[in-house]
Amino acid sequence: MRFLLIEDHAPLAKAVVDRLSLDGHVVDHASSMADAWDFIATAAYDLILLDIMLPDGDGRDFLSRCRTEAQKTPVIVLTARSEVSDRVSLLDLGADDYMVKPIDFSELEARCRAVLRRRQGEARNTKGIGDLVFDPLAGTLRKDAETIQLRPRELRLFETFANSPGQIFSKAALVDRLFSFDDDVTENAIEVYVGRLRRHLETSSVQITTVRGLGYKLDT
Amino acid sequence: MVSWFSNPGSIRQRLLGFLLVGAAAMAILLYFIVRSVAGQLAQESQDNILTASAYSVVDSTRVRSGELIVDIPYFAFSMLGNLSDERVFYSIRLGGEFLSGYEELPSLENIDGELAFQSAEFLGQDVRIATARRPISLSEGSSVLEVSIAQTRQGLSDTLARISGLAAALGLVFFMVAAVLATLIANTTIRPIDRLTASLSRRGPRDLRPVTTPVPVEMEPLVTSLNGFIGRLKTSLSRSEDFIAEAAHRLRTPLALVRTQADITIRRMERDENRKAMRDMITAIDETSRTAGQLLDHAMVSLRADDLETEKIALPVLVRDTVERMTPTAELKDLDLEIGTLADMSVRGDLILLQSALENVVDNAMKYTPIGGQIVVGVSEGGLGLALIAVSDNGPGFPKPGAEPLTDRFARGTNAEGIVGSGLGLTIAQDVLRVHGGALNLTNTEGGGACVELVLPSV
Amino acid sequence: MRRIGFALCLILFAGQVFALQIEDRAQFGPDDASQSLTIISTADISFISPLIESFVAETQDVSIDYIVASSAELMRALEEEVQPFDIAISSAMDLQVKLANDGRARTHRSDATRALPDWAIWNDMVFAFTQEPAAIVLSRAAFGELPIPENRQQLITTLRNNPEVFRGRVGTYDVRDSGLGYLFATQDARSSETYWRLTEVMGSLDAKLYCCSSDMIDEVVRGELAIAYNVLGSYAEGRSDQSAFTTILPSDFTTVMLRSALIPQSSQNPAYSEQFIDHLLDQSFEGGALRVPENALGTRAQDGVDLRPIELGPALLVYLDRFKNRSFIEEWESAILR
Repeated sequence: MRFLLIEDHAPLAKAVVDRLSLDGHVVDHASSMADAWDFIATAAYDLILLDIMLPDGDGRDFLSRCRTEAQKTPVIVLTARSEVSDRVSLLDLGADDYMVKPIDFSELEARCRAVLRRRQGEARNTKGIGDLVFDPLAGTLRKDAETIQLRPRELRLFETFANSPGQIFSKAALVDRLFSFDDDVTENAIEVYVGRLRRHLETSSVQITTVRGLGYKLDT
Repeated sequence: MVSWFSNPGSIRQRLLGFLLVGAAAMAILLYFIVRSVAGQLAQESQDNILTASAYSVVDSTRVRSGELIVDIPYFAFSMLGNLSDERVFYSIRLGGEFLSGYEELPSLENIDGELAFQSAEFLGQDVRIATARRPISLSEGSSVLEVSIAQTRQGLSDTLARISGLAAALGLVFFMVAAVLATLIANTTIRPIDRLTASLSRRGPRDLRPVTTPVPVEMEPLVTSLNGFIGRLKTSLSRSEDFIAEAAHRLRTPLALVRTQADITIRRMERDENRKAMRDMITAIDETSRTAGQLLDHAMVSLRADDLETEKIALPVLVRDTVERMTPTAELKDLDLEIGTLADMSVRGDLILLQSALENVVDNAMKYTPIGGQIVVGVSEGGLGLALIAVSDNGPGFPKPGAEPLTDRFARGTNAEGIVGSGLGLTIAQDVLRVHGGALNLTNTEGGGACVELVLPSV
Repeated sequence: MRRIGFALCLILFAGQVFALQIEDRAQFGPDDASQSLTIISTADISFISPLIESFVAETQDVSIDYIVASSAELMRALEEEVQPFDIAISSAMDLQVKLANDGRARTHRSDATRALPDWAIWNDMVFAFTQEPAAIVLSRAAFGELPIPENRQQLITTLRNNPEVFRGRVGTYDVRDSGLGYLFATQDARSSETYWRLTEVMGSLDAKLYCCSSDMIDEVVRGELAIAYNVLGSYAEGRSDQSAFTTILPSDFTTVMLRSALIPQSSQNPAYSEQFIDHLLDQSFEGGALRVPENALGTRAQDGVDLRPIELGPALLVYLDRFKNRSFIEEWESAILR
């Protein structure tokens, strides 16, 4: 996905950009609202991540302007303010969702998906993998007339493989992606999800293969 | 008296007090003035008649062949009986020598003019004496004829007593009229204060607009100061809000940086023990952030509970919004967060507080429900005019016996090991429900899961 | 009533050498009464006894010592306070007023005194209870065919025209002896100059002078006098031998004397004195008007006679003034003593 991150705190912005890049996202960084409008004018984004406190104004002003200029890109606010009243007013102003810093990136991804799912409705991008059609937002795999609905963790696991076909993922790396850091799980839990995914993929050309001693990879 | 006047007390009473004391003083003054003027008039009229009488006696004297003849005219005394029955005394002296009348009647030692008055006591009575003098020439030389006419003052004092009674009645009437007016004045004077008070007390708790109620000139400084104060309060409030937000921002931004860097770093780590350490660090950061958030929320509940802003809230809408908002988090844990039966119930309450309460309860449920579990949020009628929001899960349930203490601040269940949470969540929810006249019920369902009911009076 | 008759007597009061000339004396009420009142009065016993009898009957327990004296003696008795008196009744209004004025009378207020008309009360001390006109009493026998005079002018004319009939047979008060006589004379003199002309005419007819009205009426009845001037009409009306004389109220003006009572300061029994005064007033007044004038005089008084009641008041002191008294007596003497 292509993100626009509007954040004035340079080290944090760099870290977030780096982190999102790890998952294969493309991120542009604007450090002020003025910069942000320049970016928006020249490129199309799937999502805008907006910090509330900016050097040239309040993020709420940005939201208001988005609304008046009929700017369609969904906005998720990243706020350091955690008061409920703040959060509610943000939603009222037109933010699609908000997250309180520090951000759990798994949660961010889940929320992005939810927002995009809401925003895009039926007309959404799908991805062909082997003989399957993958809809990452809906969380479905379609082969011919058959549609398989993936559960959230199954979806995240499949998406991880699908974004980098052929790449080997260690169990540890997969744990990081599937579970929150506060979920106390063992690497064996990955085997359960891989097993479930393999059952869904039984009839297709797409297979998850075990690379002994290293991890798993997706073969098409 | 001093303490009474310096007592802050009531302006109305003080004003009324001052006005009444003033009116009483005026009434007393009026009484004395009327009495004294009447007394003087009565005295003057008595003096006048005594003068006329004395002169008529003086005029009746004549000298016939060198000898003094005094022929008191009948009317000289009869005129004295006209006003009232008074006893009359007189004396006629020639060059200090007593000739006729009452010898003991006091005579003036030194009088300059022809006529003098004096008040004295004679035969045990208060008398008023008028003395007239006229030089007279007799065969043995010239001398001075002195005629004193005296009259008791019984009628005068009767008249004075009557006038005093009238004056007292007049004073009393004056005082009563003044008292009625004083009450009206006091009320009228106080009215702008009452109006200002009313306009202030009608205000909503968040209303920090300046006061614009028209007030008398004298109260303008007060209103100006009040508006100044309101302005400062507003500034101070927003400053402290800003301060908290700023503090949160300042704290959360570096935390976010650390969290993000840790997130990146853990990806690159190979060794399990290092990963474990990094994971612990991230967990600690999450817990810190969450605790800070809940502390702020709890403080906010206490703050808002003081001045509850109520509106009508449809519970199905509240539940749908909250569930939608929390679904991504549930998904992350592979939990099914679902909406159950939604009875069409409404309550009166503070939307932000109720949202906060429900979020905390759902959040709590998600924390304790194992992966793959299910949380159902529904609205039902509780009977007795109560509405219920039930959050039930299929987790391990509350530890027995007694789920209640969980809502104590910072209390955590015995099964909370390894779960991020400050223990404030249910406390916040319970506080919110309390200020809404509701309650938080913690029970275990038959299937073994926990069920938290938010009970509220419905409308 | 037990009459202790004295034509003239001296009473020696215990411990004091004082002579009071009394003219008459009577006791009323039970001998063993626990209370007693001593009344000094100028009024004849016969005149006053009904009032006293009713009082004694009403109170049951009061005895009354009634002493008759001349107004001058009465005055002297009270001024010198030789003996305590409980009530003083006198026809000499001027002396009564002077006694009150000089502080020798007690004040008394009661329902009875409040009901009095203004003319009948002075200073809550002097209470009038009769109105008695000064009348002219004519002997029917002496007048014979002569026209009966209706006023002083006609009387003067009658006297002048018939000196032979009236010489030595005209009587009037000796104003030097009689307080009432002096009062009538001064009031007459104040009212009209006619008085002096009449006095001169009477003087030219060798008028006889008397101390008391009853003496004059007696003389008329006996035929010694043809005319008695300034006689108390009430005495004349009260007599049984009225056929012998005619009583006239002169139509030009008739001086009316008010008989009055007061309570001397020296009263030993003021409560009963007050009760007596109230009784006196109750008996004399009804609804603020005198009961008495239901007699011939009262009837005649309505026939255009100018009744001039003497006012109680300080003016009465005028003729008691030393100078005034002396000059009046001198003038009177020069008129009547030819």
